[in-house]
Amino acid sequence: MTAFARVFARHPVGWPALAALALLALVWPALPAAAQSGPLRIEITEGVIEPMPVAIPAFVADNSAAERYASELSRVVAGNLTGTGLFREIPASAHISRITSFDAPVSFSDWRAVNAQALVTGAVSVQGGRISVRFRLFDVVSGRQMGDGLRFDGSVDAWRRMAHKVSDQVYSRITGEGGYFDTRVVFVSESGPRENRVKRLAVMDQDGANVEFLSDGRALVIAPRFSPTGDRILYTSYESGAPRIYLMRLSDLSRQVIGDQPGTMTFAPRFSPDGQSVVYSLSIGGTTDLFMLDLRSGQRRQLTNAPSIATAPSFSPDGRQIVFESDRSGSSQLYIMPTSGGEARRISFGSGRYGTPVWSPRGDLIAFTKSHQGRFHIGVMRTDGSEERLLTASFLDEGPTWAPNGRVIMFTRETAGGDPSLFSVDISGRNLRRIPTPGPASDPAWSPLRD
Amino acid sequence: MNLMTKALLVVAALALAACNNPRAGGGQWDDGGFGAGGADGIQTGALGDPNDPRSIAHFQQRVGDRVFFETDQSTLNDEARRTLAAQARWLNENRQFAILIEGHADERGTREYNVALGARRANAVMQYLASQGVSSSRMRTVSYGKERPVEACPEPRCWNLNRRAVTVVSTGLTS
Repeated sequence: MTAFARVFARHPVGWPALAALALLALVWPALPAAAQSGPLRIEITEGVIEPMPVAIPAFVADNSAAERYASELSRVVAGNLTGTGLFREIPASAHISRITSFDAPVSFSDWRAVNAQALVTGAVSVQGGRISVRFRLFDVVSGRQMGDGLRFDGSVDAWRRMAHKVSDQVYSRITGEGGYFDTRVVFVSESGPRENRVKRLAVMDQDGANVEFLSDGRALVIAPRFSPTGDRILYTSYESGAPRIYLMRLSDLSRQVIGDQPGTMTFAPRFSPDGQSVVYSLSIGGTTDLFMLDLRSGQRRQLTNAPSIATAPSFSPDGRQIVFESDRSGSSQLYIMPTSGGEARRISFGSGRYGTPVWSPRGDLIAFTKSHQGRFHIGVMRTDGSEERLLTASFLDEGPTWAPNGRVIMFTRETAGGDPSLFSVDISGRNLRRIPTPGPASDPAWSPLRD
Repeated sequence: MNLMTKALLVVAALALAACNNPRAGGGQWDDGGFGAGGADGIQTGALGDPNDPRSIAHFQQRVGDRVFFETDQSTLNDEARRTLAAQARWLNENRQFAILIEGHADERGTREYNVALGARRANAVMQYLASQGVSSSRMRTVSYGKERPVEACPEPRCWNLNRRAVTVVSTGLTS
């Protein structure tokens, strides 16, 4: 399914100068809402922030077929935005104005009166299995439209994607960051007793909707990972009896084994940013090293060669470096090495054990799992190991995965004696949320933003 | 052995094979064409009577089929060495059997690291058995990481039992 975005109305007010934005970013948190004079802006990296009050009245149905989608769409948008912790919705019951026509002038004073700072309006039409969603974003305080109105067209079945695309636009225009709502999450769905757990590959929208199972649970599976284009996944399966890496095409669920060297175990695969190579761990003779496989030529290259464990590799966004976990120093720590080969440099030096490093899609941070004094944490550090920040703490938190905008991390949380489930947290450590899944779930991996 | 006993043994063998299937990973599930049935060619046979020193049940219950490890370690302590020496003696006397050594970890580590750690533990056991004269052609290893605990409680007494390597005896390697 493809969604088309089209500008249907250019607004004369362009984007403010970057310098003005930067200045605003510095002073914004201190400004009371009423004193706001510049454009609407949430600066995510600042300490926070009172959530921005936003009004998202039911979208206008352009025809009767659109009626059942119109208010649902605005609810999904509201769920996405408030779910970030950056927005607070002004409930419809408080609204003075009603949006009955998408093109009628907005009476800003009515929205100011209910303390809305941003207003999202939309219109929906449905015809012959196709849905068309238009939206506009308004800065209520200054009484101006923010950016162009946009229209998204697609199949009616994908109506939630239209809502996610609207959400991404609103989020992006107000925060200046890329969106992450029109994304999917591949994960492991669990059932049965712990001693003989059934694990199935599954994929869902980032908000937990539209769950699809990708395997039937007969074989134990762990740690699926998306390709950079979101059309394939890598995962490890025990279907041959030993752990092996498989590559699955999501369009038809066809698979091929790619870690099939006799007498070895392969696991912890991850795509290179260009999608042409896979870096992974291979165990032989009790030693686990990193290897890289060129998917086109089938050529393999050994990256590490140490009598210890090297696992959980992850590429930098430019593909030139790999961060991984190794216990070569005695306990698990994080290392970075050039993809071309050569010496690895240790970057984690805090107390405790570090594992499952994942390079941020923005390139600036590395997320990791840390265990220390019987607790597990998800944390982030700069790529030189400085400014370590622990975002979570629990009985067992592990396996971070980045939202494509590098601002939110999803991971597995297991309580003592409880079942695992998926959680997300901002890189500021705020807005810890449980992601709904059909049952116990683990090993999430976030897709790239969809087209 | 009368006919009835034989029939019971066959039933027991079938039941065991069925039980072992999910733990070995099962077979393929779609027509992708890449699945391979069985646990790397290892066939499972009847357990037999533990009082019969040549039976698998005897190996499991009297010789001892598993050894335990400290956190993050794959070092064999004295007790583990005693168990493995006894395993090696049994295996050297019962050469018709092959073994799969399963390495396991407790849940107090990340999934990937635990797979690697289980591989290291299984290998430590294989090396020791080899040093005691067991031919490496009879031995295979697999790591289950933290995926197959024997005890599920979130406490050290369970973690201690889960950090293990289990020697699974079978009637022969077919490949």
